[in-house]
Amino acid sequence: MKLGAIAHSRAGDKGTISNLSLIPYKESDFEFLKEHITEQKLKNFFKERIKGTVTRYELPQLAAFNFVLDDALYGGVTRSLALDPHGKALSSYFLLMEIDEEAYFNYRKSIN
Amino acid sequence: MTHKTHIRIGAGAGYSGDLIPPAVALAENGNLDYLVFECLAERTIALAQLEKLTDPQKGYDPLLEDRIKAVLPICNKKGIKIISNMGAANPIAAAERIIELAKELSIEKLNVIAITGDDVLEAIYSNEYQLLESKQPLATIKNQLISANAYLGLNPIVTALKQGADIVITGRFADPALFMAPLFYEFDWDYNNPELLGKATAMGHLLECAGQVCGGYFNDAHLKKVPQPESIGFPLAEVNKEGAIVITKIKGSGGMITKSTCKEQLLYEIHDPKNYFTPDVIADFSNISFKECSTDHIQIIGATGKTKTKKLKVSIGYRDGFIGEGQMSYGGYQAQERAQLALEIIKRQLEELGLSKYESTYELIGCNALSKDQDAKTPLEVRLRVALRTRTRAEALLVGKQIEALYTNGPAAGGGAFKSVRELIAIQSILIDERIPTIQYSLKTIPQ
Repeated sequence: MKLGAIAHSRAGDKGTISNLSLIPYKESDFEFLKEHITEQKLKNFFKERIKGTVTRYELPQLAAFNFVLDDALYGGVTRSLALDPHGKALSSYFLLMEIDEEAYFNYRKSIN
Repeated sequence: MTHKTHIRIGAGAGYSGDLIPPAVALAENGNLDYLVFECLAERTIALAQLEKLTDPQKGYDPLLEDRIKAVLPICNKKGIKIISNMGAANPIAAAERIIELAKELSIEKLNVIAITGDDVLEAIYSNEYQLLESKQPLATIKNQLISANAYLGLNPIVTALKQGADIVITGRFADPALFMAPLFYEFDWDYNNPELLGKATAMGHLLECAGQVCGGYFNDAHLKKVPQPESIGFPLAEVNKEGAIVITKIKGSGGMITKSTCKEQLLYEIHDPKNYFTPDVIADFSNISFKECSTDHIQIIGATGKTKTKKLKVSIGYRDGFIGEGQMSYGGYQAQERAQLALEIIKRQLEELGLSKYESTYELIGCNALSKDQDAKTPLEVRLRVALRTRTRAEALLVGKQIEALYTNGPAAGGGAFKSVRELIAIQSILIDERIPTIQYSLKTIPQ
């Protein structure tokens, strides 16, 4: 099961830092994502791209997360050689991340 | 202070090339008090500065004329004030051009105020600063410098409004400041109140990319369907003197404003939601929530802020060599393998030409241009793309030249060659004391 089935995301860029929001369609999935979509998981998922650290900011009242990926844009939009220098598509690439379907099913059952 | 107890501020552009008809619709039917055009990306001023060097009357936004022609007659008739950073590297020339256009449009009374002072190139030139991105001293790029523009706060715009401006035209300002200034002017809000500054920043941040909060850049095929996506409206904020802010759009326009579109836009291009640094305040978005008042009416609740740092960020534009690029398509039987073969040929040839010392990307669009972290299945068609950052234009030209020569020398059945060379204008930042910029106001009027 892909992350994109339960959440959406938008990528932003500032210099060579990329930020990815992560917003569950169901606000009640916030706790599930908090447990499963960790900084380390992003670091592994984007291992070829992220040269710096990953920081996760939690916004429980908004039921959203903001992931900040340091040094992840090959020098940033003004000097990167990438086809998508802003890293706009990183948001939808992020949504390809696999999540444990059984764990998700059990989580939904536990909160209902 | 004016007598108003609530005002409506529209966003007329989210970037310099943005669509004009949604801005016209907002001016016409938005019952607006202000129409704001935010048109300066990171690199825009550096490019505009180069243009000004070749023609001192240029260096403002290339779409300034089209936008002003389209909205000024409506705004003038309805008493809507316009605020924009379309002045880019030359706000005074932009103001003069607006007056010329207004005369052509038979407008009889107009005050345009150009604000300058964001250009701090001279002021910083002889001092030592550290570049925030590369952590190197500014001195390392001194010979390549083109521009240095400070992100200014809202006060100069408030001053221009107090001086009676119908149009305020600026260079670099913090994007939200363009939207915040009307609130502090109309409601006489206290500039030292971090909570009001935080609220106003959140509003500006949600509006500044125009269509992006109205379902633009949001739509997907299944889970995030957006109505009338071919005619996304631009947003406006309804704000009252007490600081209640609702984001909405005009009836009949396409797109939608929902809690989800607002969440995506709130987190767009921010890092720590508790500490969003601006020239006016350290905005705190960490306790924001959104309330749906009615369809397409979303209230922002819980924004606040902390006292500003008194430092301004300055964007430094500098020449950084050239990028040479070439592309070629391969399709059908064993497309990926032939594209890979072409890639290796080009790599060996560019090495032979002495270009392997430069930073480069060799990729197959359709397979691994976005990421090399996943294995793609063989697609029907792939596109080889090679790009190098070189010191000279002549070296950059070689990249596309070699790619194009794949037509007669490369693997079978390559097609659609493309080549380009561009000079690279890169941007880094420094922080300066907020007292460094010298703000000046130039008033241009009809009648003179």
